[in-house]
Amino acid sequence: MRNLKSMLLGAITLAGLALPAAAQVNVKIGVLSDMSSLYADLGGAGSVAAARMAVEDFNAAAKGMRVEIVSADHQNRADVGSNIARQWFDRDGVDVIVDVPNSGVALAVNGVAREKNKVFLVSGAATSALTGEQCSPNTVHWTYDTWALANGTGKAIVQQGGDTWFFLTADYAFGHQLEADTSAVVTKLGGRVVGSVRHPLNGSDFSSFLLQAQASRAKIIGVANAGGDTINTIKQAGEFGIVRRGQSLAGLLIFISDVHGLGLEAAQGLVFTDAFYWDANDGTRAFARRMAAANRGIHPTMVHAGVYASVTHYLKAVEANKSAADGKATVDRMKALPTDDALFGKGTVRVDGRKIHDMYLYEVKKPSESKGAWDYYKLRATIPAAEAFRPLAEGKCPIAGS
Amino acid sequence: MPDIFGIPPQALFGQLLLGLINGAFYAQLSLGLAIIFGLLNIINFTHGAQYMMGAFVAWMLLNWLGLGYWWALVAAPVVVGAFGILIERTMLRHLYKLDHLYGLLLTFGIALIVQGLFRDQFGSTGLPYRIPAELRGGTDLGFMFMPNYRGWVVVVSLVVCFGTWFVIEKTKLGSYLRAATENPALVQSFGVNVPRMVMLTYGFGVGLAAFTGVLAAPIYQVSPLMGADIIIVVFAVVVIGGMGSILGSILTGFGLGIVEGLTKVFYPEASSTVIFVVMVIVLLIKPAGLFGRAR
Repeated sequence: MRNLKSMLLGAITLAGLALPAAAQVNVKIGVLSDMSSLYADLGGAGSVAAARMAVEDFNAAAKGMRVEIVSADHQNRADVGSNIARQWFDRDGVDVIVDVPNSGVALAVNGVAREKNKVFLVSGAATSALTGEQCSPNTVHWTYDTWALANGTGKAIVQQGGDTWFFLTADYAFGHQLEADTSAVVTKLGGRVVGSVRHPLNGSDFSSFLLQAQASRAKIIGVANAGGDTINTIKQAGEFGIVRRGQSLAGLLIFISDVHGLGLEAAQGLVFTDAFYWDANDGTRAFARRMAAANRGIHPTMVHAGVYASVTHYLKAVEANKSAADGKATVDRMKALPTDDALFGKGTVRVDGRKIHDMYLYEVKKPSESKGAWDYYKLRATIPAAEAFRPLAEGKCPIAGS
Repeated sequence: MPDIFGIPPQALFGQLLLGLINGAFYAQLSLGLAIIFGLLNIINFTHGAQYMMGAFVAWMLLNWLGLGYWWALVAAPVVVGAFGILIERTMLRHLYKLDHLYGLLLTFGIALIVQGLFRDQFGSTGLPYRIPAELRGGTDLGFMFMPNYRGWVVVVSLVVCFGTWFVIEKTKLGSYLRAATENPALVQSFGVNVPRMVMLTYGFGVGLAAFTGVLAAPIYQVSPLMGADIIIVVFAVVVIGGMGSILGSILTGFGLGIVEGLTKVFYPEASSTVIFVVMVIVLLIKPAGLFGRAR
């Protein structure tokens, strides 16, 4: 009797061991975002929802993959962000970190992911340094970057005659890079930068800076900040009659959540570059419906779309490699495979880690043109993929040279 | 006119005026804190959240009940003040005899909870609130374009601040308040209901924060984070002015607004830190604050 029992037990144990031996691939995704401050609505919980949706749609379980998602708040601090990244990689077995709005934090995480040979999929952060001098074989920069924003918006505005610029810049990695990239576009097209002022991140009163911009007499005030800072800048520019007195605002980075927060009355007429608009086609509309249901009615920003698409492509690469262990190998596979998803269509990941797709120049609708909440953009121009991003040679990315 | 430190004087006047406007917010908020600390011995860390609630009540009145700015200016302080009284009745009053730390921790915790609830409900981007029709537009002052609404803010807050100072320092009611600060038992023995006075004072301080929130709503975004951003600065203002000093908090509030405004011209990168630099210097030279008395 005892023998029978132990035999049975042994058989069960063997069977139990045999099952996972069918090479299940485990993947752990860490969504690192601003969960509580000025960028929380453009990334934050929405980015977690987008990652979750990507995993569901990929149908990972049926493909023998077990995908787990964790998330954390980096509080817009590079030290907090890189500590979480280290902890995730070293202790918690995270294979890939996604999103990371705030370029300062993203640059820190970029270094950690490379050191640990893991993967970093950037959606929220903007700085073009991530595929320039600080590019990494472990990083894919998916959604947009400062160069693309400068190229799209800067070019369009200079061509309309806006040839003198004053910058109102967020004083950290992102703002500096956005100002530098836009200045380069403006001067290249024959325009002139007459000055700039740098404000601390997450300020609330911008009137002093706006007055300085007004005194500069520049035709265009380039708003090189993001999220809550942009909203307050635009709102207060209206209050001080900046536009009525002949200057124009160029919002260099505008998210749909900002437009929603400002209201069309204050935001109308803004021209800006974006990688994604929910009301573009059936695929994007379906995604928006699901996202809105999962995220307090907030329609997806380009950051959310980028998280969804980059996670999807990452999972394809892991499936092809049959492992997520080697970060560089996974990213190499992501570069080798063409990208194809419902939100960005077909595209590629370039050797420097830059994801290449079309960008769009949008204008914010007048209140009379909008059919209701979230009906905010009209398309001014499509910037084809080949022109949308910085040419490889200009980026000075060390890994792209060889 | 010659330039002053390389800045044309017109521009400098403009910046001074803007500093004064920001100072108005600092002054009103630090005044509330000073009153509460002076009388209740509580470091009210919920003050920022209560300021934010004031702005949100204004938004809710407008969007849910169709009541505009002028109603909000009256109703929001009452509603939020009542919330404050509820906190005082149920929680704060048990802490008066304990160390400051307990009150600080409790109010800080309440602030985190309130902010978390609002963020969960309304998101971090914030909601738009328009300037009331009567105060739209602006006036050209020659050296700058002054939005009418900002002018209104400065005037109202000067009236509120100095009115409050007058009541506390120059009237009979104020003398009761001040006496109760010094020796509550003695004041009670004269037949004054001290616990009720303390409760109403807390309600007033909180109401003042909410009133400031309504004033701020059309300028800044109505956002769950607006209080958390400003409260740290306001605490620095209170410390510089001298904990519990009414006049000190008002003058320091306006003064530091101007200091901050000038920093935004000469070295904008430091504009979010300059107040703390001032705080360090003041504490080194005069540990009780500019207007405080050492106890």
